[in-house]
Amino acid sequence: MTIAVEERKQAMGLLARAEAAKLCELWNDWPDKPAFTWLRKPESGLVMVRGRMGGEGAPFNLGEMTVTRCALRLEDGTVGHAYVQGRSAEKAEVAALVDALQQRDADRQAIRTAILDPLGQVLADERKSTAAETAATRVDFFTMVRGESE
Amino acid sequence: MTLDGVLEAGFADPVFESQSAFRALMRAMARPGLIEPLSGPADAPSPLSPTAAAIALTLADGDTPVWLDPPLAESEALKPWLAFHAGAPVADAPSEAAFAFVAAPLSLPPLDSFALGCDSYPDRSTTVVLQVDGFGDVGPPLTGPGILGSLRVSATPLPADFWDRMRRNRALFPRGVDVLLAGPDSVVALPRSLSPGSLAPGGE
Repeated sequence: MTIAVEERKQAMGLLARAEAAKLCELWNDWPDKPAFTWLRKPESGLVMVRGRMGGEGAPFNLGEMTVTRCALRLEDGTVGHAYVQGRSAEKAEVAALVDALQQRDADRQAIRTAILDPLGQVLADERKSTAAETAATRVDFFTMVRGESE
Repeated sequence: MTLDGVLEAGFADPVFESQSAFRALMRAMARPGLIEPLSGPADAPSPLSPTAAAIALTLADGDTPVWLDPPLAESEALKPWLAFHAGAPVADAPSEAAFAFVAAPLSLPPLDSFALGCDSYPDRSTTVVLQVDGFGDVGPPLTGPGILGSLRVSATPLPADFWDRMRRNRALFPRGVDVLLAGPDSVVALPRSLSPGSLAPGGE
C-alpha cells in the first residue's frame, strides 16, 4: 500500500538533482494539479556536504551547497517533502507535490512515467555525455620497467 | 517512520510570527502578572491551545527537551508536530525538560519535580506553560521586579494551592521554575522572582 522507502529515496534524489526548468516543464504537462496547504513554505539555506576519501577514512567538509526545502499537505492528508538543490522555490514546490503524489497508490505509476522516468533519463544522458567528454581527453599513465634490479 | 496525514501547519509566516511572539513573551516576562496579547496558529494539534502552540514554536528547538503532561502526551498528532516544526525532543521526565506544557493545570505535578537549575546555573530550569481558560484579578497581591507596587492576577483553572506552590518556588531563588499562563489569545508570565503575598481575607 505504502511506497517502499528505497523507491521514495531514489525519487527524492532525482527530484533534488533535477534541473528546475526541466522539472517544471514536465509538471506543466501533469493534468490535474492537486490543491494543497503549506506545512512549511519554501526556504533556502546552506547544508554542509561532507565526504570521505574513497568512501572510507576520516570525513572532511567538502563545501556548502544551497538547498531549498518545503513541506506541504494535500487535501486527503498526504504529506509531501522536498529538499532540492538550488534556490528555486518553484522547484521545491513541484518536488514536494510529486513526492506527495507518488505516495498515493492511484497516482504512483502515472507520476513515474510522466515525471520521474524522464528526469532519470535526462540525468543519465548528462552523465553519459560528461563521461564521454572526459574519456576523450583521458591519458593512461604507465611506467616501463627499467630493469635496474638485474 | 512516516509523517502521516495528521501533521498540522505551524506558523503561517514562521519568521515574523515567531519574532512577534518572542517580543510578546519578553514583554510578559519583564512585566510579571500583566496580561499580554499573544495569538497562535488556529489549527494547533489539540489539546494544545493556539497560545501554547505559539510558545512552543517560538521557544522550543532541538536543544530544548519538552515534557508533555498526560493529556498532551496522549495526543497522536502533537509529537510529530513538535518534531517537525520545532525539532524539539520529548523528555520522559519533567526534571529533564527545558519546557513543560500542561493542558490540565489542576493535575499539575509539584513544581519541584521539574528541573530547578542549580546555584551556579539557575538557567537550567524548566519553564512551565500552563494552559488556562481565562484570567481574573483576584488572588494574592504580587510583588517583585517588574511590578510597580503590587498587582493581582488569577487564572482558571489552577490548583487550589497554586500560590502556595509559587511561594515555595520563590523561596528557592535563584533556583526555581518560571511559569507562563497561556490563556486564550494572551499570556501571563509568573517568573521565579515573583513574590505572592498572603491572601486578603475573602480573596480568591
